Formats: sequence, structure tokens, C-alpha cells
Amino acid sequence: MIWLDTIVQGILLGGLYALFAAGLSLVFGIMRLVNLAHGDLIIFAAFAILLIVGSTGLNPFLAALLAAPVMFAVGWALQAFVLNRVLGRDILPPLLVTFGLSVALQNGLLEAFSADSQRIRAGALESASIDLGPVTVGVMPLLTFASAVGAIFLLNRLFYTTALGRAFRATSDDAVTASLMGINPRSVFAIATGLAMVIVTLAALYLGMRSNFDPSIGPARLIYAFEAVIIGGLGSLWGTLLGGAIIGVAQTIGAQINPEWQILAGHIAFLVVLLIRPRGLFPRAVD
Amino acid sequence: MAALLETRGLTAQYGQFKALFGVDLQVAPGECVAIIGANGAGKTTLMRSITGVLRNAPEMILHNGIPIGALSADQVMQRGIAMVPEGRRLFPSLSVEENLLIGGQVRRGDGRWTLEAVYTLFPVLRERRRSPGTALSGGQQQMVAIGRALMSNPGLLLCDEISLGLAPVVIRDIYAALPAIRETGAAVVIVEQDISRALSVADRIYCMMEGRVTLTGRAADMTRDAIHAAYFGNAA
Amino acid sequence: MAHLVTTRTRASTVAAVIALGLVALGLILPAFASRSLIQDLFFILTMLTLAQLWNLIAGFGGMVSVGQQAFVGIGAYAMFAGVILWGWDPVPAILLGGLAALLLAIPMAFFAFRLQGAYFAIGTWVIAEVTRLLVAQWKTLGGGTGTSLPREATSDIIGVAAIADLFGLRDAAARDVMAYWLALLLAVGTMAAIHALLRSRTGLALAAVRDNDNAAQSVGVDARRVKWLVFLAAALMTGLVGALIYVQTARISPDAAFSVTNWTAYVIFIAVIGGIGRLEGPVLGVLVFWALQTAFADYGAIYLLALGLLAIVTMLFAPRGLWGLIADRTGLALFPVQRRLILKGPSDG
Repeated sequence: MIWLDTIVQGILLGGLYALFAAGLSLVFGIMRLVNLAHGDLIIFAAFAILLIVGSTGLNPFLAALLAAPVMFAVGWALQAFVLNRVLGRDILPPLLVTFGLSVALQNGLLEAFSADSQRIRAGALESASIDLGPVTVGVMPLLTFASAVGAIFLLNRLFYTTALGRAFRATSDDAVTASLMGINPRSVFAIATGLAMVIVTLAALYLGMRSNFDPSIGPARLIYAFEAVIIGGLGSLWGTLLGGAIIGVAQTIGAQINPEWQILAGHIAFLVVLLIRPRGLFPRAVD
Repeated sequence: MAALLETRGLTAQYGQFKALFGVDLQVAPGECVAIIGANGAGKTTLMRSITGVLRNAPEMILHNGIPIGALSADQVMQRGIAMVPEGRRLFPSLSVEENLLIGGQVRRGDGRWTLEAVYTLFPVLRERRRSPGTALSGGQQQMVAIGRALMSNPGLLLCDEISLGLAPVVIRDIYAALPAIRETGAAVVIVEQDISRALSVADRIYCMMEGRVTLTGRAADMTRDAIHAAYFGNAA
Repeated sequence: MAHLVTTRTRASTVAAVIALGLVALGLILPAFASRSLIQDLFFILTMLTLAQLWNLIAGFGGMVSVGQQAFVGIGAYAMFAGVILWGWDPVPAILLGGLAALLLAIPMAFFAFRLQGAYFAIGTWVIAEVTRLLVAQWKTLGGGTGTSLPREATSDIIGVAAIADLFGLRDAAARDVMAYWLALLLAVGTMAAIHALLRSRTGLALAAVRDNDNAAQSVGVDARRVKWLVFLAAALMTGLVGALIYVQTARISPDAAFSVTNWTAYVIFIAVIGGIGRLEGPVLGVLVFWALQTAFADYGAIYLLALGLLAIVTMLFAPRGLWGLIADRTGLALFPVQRRLILKGPSDG
């Protein structure tokens, strides 16, 4: 029974990783850009929620609702004023700009909030659990997973049934021809990054309620997100959810064997998948 | 009558390589103009310049008398200049219907072109509406590309090499749609390597060679010898 | 008409003479320089070497690695293992560091080369993390908290006694001189090797691979072989530098030795600010970096924040760095690797 429990906890943990990853996957799918500051932006959003909760006393979920449009604006501006200027055939400039941003964000947060561990308090929800027969699961992990499924479902709907989603896919296919259709690729990119930051806010909400965070932990979140995206296959959002679950299960199994192996086990699962399926489990995007 | 589209001494270059040397072109409202010339004559560069894919000095290109040379491609399109690009360039991730819809994402007024109207013009597309755009035959893809451009109800439709790589019978089907398109009052510019096809559909002809216009006039007045000289240079 | 393909310019000839002079000066410097200057130069030379190596793979080879700290860390740990477990002298143990980095680079390249473009960057980072986590499990070398070089090992390093006698220094200062000379050797050796590589056929192939993998293959360049070669060579050298840095530090922990900030972020900033894809870039970059470090490092987080922003601003407004700005204004190329065709009349040919 302990193993069943371990696997269920792992899958639920994977929901958090899928939330980390969905924004990264979205941005990469549309503009082939990898934002190395993605993890730090999650931490940035967590501090934003913490600040709103602290100053207004609002429920964290409502605080996240307030933070989301702010984060959309941050993402939109980052893309419109910085990243659009360096997008091009050469991958080096956007990588280096986002790497610089990662270092700047980490240290900016360190300066503003110190290195102390923080937590977004969610009251009784933190310890609530549901008995599901053979296993008992926490309400918070369950809620995280459900949010990941919901977010990915909505993103897929957006992608495949709306005019904006059509513009996303067309721009991703061929930005020049999309511009002949009256679409401004730069503005599409800015909306996409803004949207990614809304998902980042959701990820930050659960990250901050479930565990302690401090300004230095962003890069590790980027790495989990990246692993989930690669395992799932570029461009497949449901694949990303599966990728997150695989990392989550590997981590909880690793931790079950030896607590020091938790993180390592997740990375090794990633390397194994990369070894046997270099294009991920559900490859879609061709590039 | 004021020109719908006018280029004045239009030049263009790719890096060091100069592709256009002072092209003057005029298109009146509702007119059908053909641009003919061999490969490398600068026809596609001319199209890319007009649509804003290549940026120019503003005053070189005028639309209804307003300089548009410095506008980006999406801004040019929003002024009512739609393009059927060379090689069709359908979006592979989009179905046939989505390819058409994306062309209509920016629409001018309540023009006549709707999804229904395009399906009436090219009935075969209605049957294939759910297929990915790139799963169709070349001729059907060309129909999607034309329909996609029409969906914005453009005042000016630019067609770059629409018969390239297609069988003659398919080309005939595609050109059969031209009268219906002109009926809506849209001006049409056709870039074509097939001289007799161009002469049969166009009101006026521009012949280009090595980045310059070498001959222009009413299609009806053109003699075969004059075109031959303008097309291939004075080889004789 | 006869012609000659050359990379030489008048400035490059002058620069070569000045460079030789500087190296000679560098060699005899310990005779009259203060200990703190020697320590500063050690820092500058090791960072310069790391930056040149990153510039080689990323700037010239298009392989943007964010995992170079793996090679610094594994190199340092291999040196520690040689000293602590097998009783080697620290200086020859540096070679173990290079070897270990080379061995690590093989699986790293194997995995990371499966990832396209930008994902290569994070792939290298993941493998560096995995290496850090594995090394933290190595209990005999202190596990997660790390360890120090034993006093016996650092007190009689080969050659230190001779240096102490030669310059009349105490042992600790003589150790600094030794480390400084080795750093000078690595820096000069690395730059000379990169310069030679870029001027060779392999260098041309590397440029072709960076600009377009597929096109390079179609003209007969074996892209995979060239990438492997350059990646492994850079890893080996990075491992040597890592080992040398920790001979000098004498205290190691996984977090420090595998620090992405110290061994990759700083290194990237040096290359970006100085100018990517030019040998001169990191030289200028490391001097700017050292000046900033000396002036502002006490400000901690604010300093790093500013450094990150400076890198962003540089990429936005001067993507080829400070050296790019200088070269654009003056056409100067001190270590040219670009080929120029010179046409000569028959009379002087």
C-alpha cells in the first residue's frame, strides 16, 4: 500500500510541475523561445501574491486573481519591449537576455525580501485531506492537480477553438505569412508571454501555499518545468502533464528509498526518457 | 482617376544585392493588371515590397495617395491589400476552414466574401473543410490561398505566381474564378510567367526584366514581338 | 594575378608582439609584484580562461551551454580525490581534474546534443545539477558540506619551496605564485590553442556548423564530429581550470564548486559584455568584470542585479559587446581569425 500511496502522491506532485511547465511550453510552441528566467518569474509571482495577502489580508486565491493581470502585463511588457527585439534566427541573444534576467530577478528579490523562507498561508486548507479508500490524499495536492488539468484543458480550448488560438498556431507555423493575414506577430508573441505569466501566477499560488520558497529556488523550478516539457514532447500540453507526473512519481519513489535521492531521481527519470525517446513521448512540433 | 496603388521609383535590395531599380507602377480601382517577366526579374520582390514584408522609404509606395512604404505587413493588409503568396503558404497546423477564417480575421466592412461565398466559388473546399490545409492537392491549396486572401474583402488582391507548378486544367479552373472576384469591384494584380494567360485576363500589362519595367501598356495593344523583346532583352 | 589568403593585419602583428611582451612580463612579475596583485591576477586569468572556453563553444560553436559549472566542479573534486584518497601532490592532481571533466563531457554531450537549439542550454544545466547531486553523495569527500585539502598536502606542493627560495617569500605567498604561473600557462595556452583552432580547417567547419548545421553537412563538414571535438576539448580545459582554482582555494563544497553563478553566469557576462565570438571580447570583458567586482562586490545582491541588467542592456544595444563597439569604430582586430583575400600584382608576387 505504501507504494500505491507513493505513486498517487507523485502524480499529484506532477500537477505542480505541469503548472510550472505549461507556460514554458506555450511560449516555446509559439515563438521557439526558451525563457531561462521562467523559474524566477514563478518565484516573483509568489512574492507578488505574498505581498498582496500580507497587505490586504485577502484569501490567497483572491490575491492570485489580483496578481494575474499584473503578471500578464509584466509578461506582455517583457516580450514587447525586450524579447521581441532579440528574437531571430540566432538563439544566442534571447537565451542570454533571459539568463541575465534570471540573475537580475533572483538578486532583486533577494534585495527586496531577503533570503528568508516564506510561505503563503492558506489556513485549514494546508492540512486538510480526503480519504479515498486505499490512499489518503491532501486537499491541496488534489487541488493543484485539478488546477493543472483545468489550465491545460482551457489552454487547449483556447488554442484550437478561438481566433486568438488560430493566430497563435498560424504565427508559430509561419510568422511572415501570418503578417500577410493582418496579424502582427510581435503583438501575438506579447499576448502569448502575458498568458504564460498568468499560468505562472497559478503555479506560484500553489508553490507558495504548499511549501516554503525563497528567492534562490527559481532555477530548480525552471529545470523541473523543462524536464516535463521534454518528456511530454514539444508542443503537446497533455504530454507536459504526463511529463510532470513522471517527474513527480520518480521523485516520490526516490524519496521513499532515500530522502536525499528525491531530486536526483526526478532528473534521472528525465535522462532515461531522453535516452529512449529523444523527442519525448508525444512529439508534435516540428522545428 | 486617382490610382488605387502607385509605386514611384521603387527600389529594393537584399543586403548588397539590388533587386529593384526605380519601378513605377499604377493600379486603378477595379482594374486587373498583370506583371510578367522571367525568373529573377524582380516580380516577387515587387510584391514583397508592396505588402510590407520588405520595408521601403514611405513615399515610394502610395495607397489611395497615402504613403505606405514604411508600414509593416499587417498594417498594409489592414488597409485592404491582400496577398496570395508565392508557393501558397497555407498554415499546416490549421484546417482548410481555419486557413480561410484567419484570412478573414481582419475584415473591411460587410463585403461580399464570407466562408459561404468562398465555398460557393470553390465547392471542393467545402468537402475538405476539416482537412489540414497542407493535405490538399496543389490546385486545391491554391484555391484555399485565394479564398483566404478574399476573406478580408480586399480592395486590392495581389496574386503571386498562382499557376506555378499546377497542371493546365487546374490553372484553367483557378482562373475561372477571376471574373467573380473582379465582380466585387476589387482590383487584381497578377504576377504570371505565362504570357498568353496574362494577356487574356489582364486590362494592362507590365513586363519586368532585371529589376526594371521594360514594357507597359494595354493588354489588347501588345504585340508578340514587343513582349518578346521586353521579356528576354534585345537579344536580336 | 597572384593572391594570398591571410588572417594577418598590421594591428595583429603589433598585437602579437605586445602579447608576447605581456606574457614575458607576466612570467617575471612575481619578482616585484605584491601578493594581492598576484591574487587578483590569478582571479582574472582563471575567469578569462573560463570565458574564452565558453566563448569557444557558444560564441564560435553555437552550443550555448549553461552547464560549464559541471566541469569546474568535477575537475575540482577529482583533484581533491587525488590528493585526499590517493595521496597525490595537488599540482599533478590538477591533471586528474581535466581527465574527469573530459570523461563527464562524453555522457553530457551524448544527452545534450539530442536537444535542439535553446533546449541544449537547459539540458547542460540539468546534467550539471545531476553531477552536483551525485557528488554531494560522496561521503569520503565531505558529502553535501564539503571538505578541505589536508595541511600536509598543501604544505609541500612540488616547486613551492623553490619559488619561496627564489623570491624570498613565505610558503603561502609562494603557493600563490605557483598557482598564478599555472593560471598564466592555462590562459595563454587556451587562447593560443583557440586562435590556432579557429584559423585551421576545423575552425572553418565550426563556423559553418554554428551558422547552419544542415548546410554545413551538405558541403561535407561532419558537424557532429566538429561539435564533439570542440565540446570535449573545452570541457577538458575547464576541468583543469576548476582544479587549479580549488588548489588555490583549498576548501570545497558541492554548492560552491558547482555554482551556476560563479562558474557560468559570471563567465557568460564576461563574454557578453566584452563581445561574443571574438577572442578579444573576453579579455576586455574580464577587465571590466574585475573592475566592477572590486568596486561593487560588497553590495552583494544589488551588484548581481546590476550585472544581470548590464548583460541585458548589452545584448539589446550592443549585441557584439564592448569589443564589437570598438571594432566597428576602428576596424581593429588584434587576434584576427577572419580570412581576407589579398590580390597581388604579378611583379610583387
